[in-house]
Amino acid sequence: MKLIVAIIRPFKLDDVREALSDAGVSGITVTEVKGYGRQKGHTELYRGAEYVVDFVPKIRIEAAVPDSLEDIAIEAITTAARTDKIGDGKIFVLELQHAVRIRTGETDDEAL
Amino acid sequence: MKLLFTFCKKMPVAAAAAALLLFSGELFAQAAAPVPNKGDTAWLLVCAAIVIFMTLPGLGLFYGGLVRSRNMLSVLMQCVLVFALVAVLWTLYGYSLAFTPGNAFFGGWDRLFMKGLTPEATAATFSKGVVVPELGYFAFQAAFACITCALVVGAFAERIRFSAVLVFTTIWFTFAYVPMAHMVWFWPGPDAFTDQAAADAATAASGFLFKRGALDFAGGTVVHINAAVAGLVGAWLVGKRIGYGHEAIRPHNLPLTMTGASILWVGWFGFNAGSALEANGSAALAFVNTLIAPCAAILAWTAGEWIGKGKPSMLGAASGAVAGLVGITPAAGFVGLGGALVIGFAAGLACLWGVSGLKRLLRADDALDVFGVHGVGGIVGALLTGVFAAPSLGGVGIYDYVANRTADGYSIGGQLLIQGTGVVVTLIWSGLVAFIAFKLASLLPGGLRVAADEEREGLDITSHGESAYDR
Repeated sequence: MKLIVAIIRPFKLDDVREALSDAGVSGITVTEVKGYGRQKGHTELYRGAEYVVDFVPKIRIEAAVPDSLEDIAIEAITTAARTDKIGDGKIFVLELQHAVRIRTGETDDEAL
Repeated sequence: MKLLFTFCKKMPVAAAAAALLLFSGELFAQAAAPVPNKGDTAWLLVCAAIVIFMTLPGLGLFYGGLVRSRNMLSVLMQCVLVFALVAVLWTLYGYSLAFTPGNAFFGGWDRLFMKGLTPEATAATFSKGVVVPELGYFAFQAAFACITCALVVGAFAERIRFSAVLVFTTIWFTFAYVPMAHMVWFWPGPDAFTDQAAADAATAASGFLFKRGALDFAGGTVVHINAAVAGLVGAWLVGKRIGYGHEAIRPHNLPLTMTGASILWVGWFGFNAGSALEANGSAALAFVNTLIAPCAAILAWTAGEWIGKGKPSMLGAASGAVAGLVGITPAAGFVGLGGALVIGFAAGLACLWGVSGLKRLLRADDALDVFGVHGVGGIVGALLTGVFAAPSLGGVGIYDYVANRTADGYSIGGQLLIQGTGVVVTLIWSGLVAFIAFKLASLLPGGLRVAADEEREGLDITSHGESAYDR
């Protein structure tokens, strides 16, 4: 099993959710986050006071998938979230050791 | 004495006029006392109510939106308590010391503890034989005193100790607002101006700046410059907010600031047009000027910001509106529509500089730009009133109450000098009183400002025990 963590542009969330759903990923967890990377922040000006806002709002998606779905899921996210501009985000894949569905007690692939 | 009598605002009590007539040696047989006109009375009471609405909630929201969310309630609370405190002080002694006969700087004790403030008492207007109920005038002027003291809190917002606000307000109201109102607005009323000798006597009994001919229709000096200087002194003495200049201290809710600015604007029709005291053409002129000057100021501020800083901002437009309103305040009933457009445009650009270039020069953390907007706008307005009140530039000129017509020979240079005197007197008087008031307030246990950890946590929780929003 793999845990796929993707940082994407907020407005791409719906596209990515739909693509993952079509690819057979049965659930995702979404968090609103802020971060910085190659994409620059912006400046805000309030009367005479200028502030540089370094952190850019992003969405973090977590999806636990069976090994068989890893490449398909990455492809789905990449295609759906891409705008070809700096700031499209990143995907990280982690080895997932164990999974449990709380309601039934099913484990691992059965629980995903 | 060649002094001409202005069509300026404010009044005395009928008793004052009567006393002056005696003083000038003329004993009149009992003439029928004038009865207030119902239209004038209704207008004045409505204006008083909407000027009250300017402070609560207008100014509270305008200021509240500009602070961080953790200080929202503290700003609202300061506005509410300053309002309540000043209204009570006004009733007890403020009105008497501002608007009854006394010396050139303070009034007397005729209305101390509300003495004689009955429904039958009348106050003079700017027309001979026309009076309004004195209680209406009392309420209208109370609203001015309240908003002036509330304006000051923007300068030291987000770090002042609440008790210090109340102590400062009590002292500054008594020794700066009240005498400024008396100096600029107190006169014995038009009925005292029967002939040159009576006019000279009436002038001698008027306020320090009124008798010099200073024009201030609705409070450029008394309200705006006065409050702004006190705020600036406060910003210096209270010190900068923690993190000022290197942390992002951003407004938490600009939609509220825009809402507050809009409420202020509507209330300002009462503020300026109501200062005519009568429902007449002078009120209509002040009304229209209050409509168009802020529009010119919005255009000026937005253009300046767009060209100079890259983007036209909502906060800039809201600030521009207030800048234009401040600028037109002393001029509202004196200048023509063209003059109002020029004053608005000038105030918009000047205040944009006031909150950026000038602010850096002053090196004070005037948190909500009280001086940048109200001080700079007030000075620009006070000076340009002297220019555009000239009949040759579309203004109404100066009314000669002895000849009962507009006086000839308006001197722009001479009037500018008088206006400048008014500005300088206000800057010095208010600045000195504010300095002393803040020094006295600093003797309180804990001093002028809250502890650093309280400031970081926010005044809402640490000073008032509540939060504006869910967390």
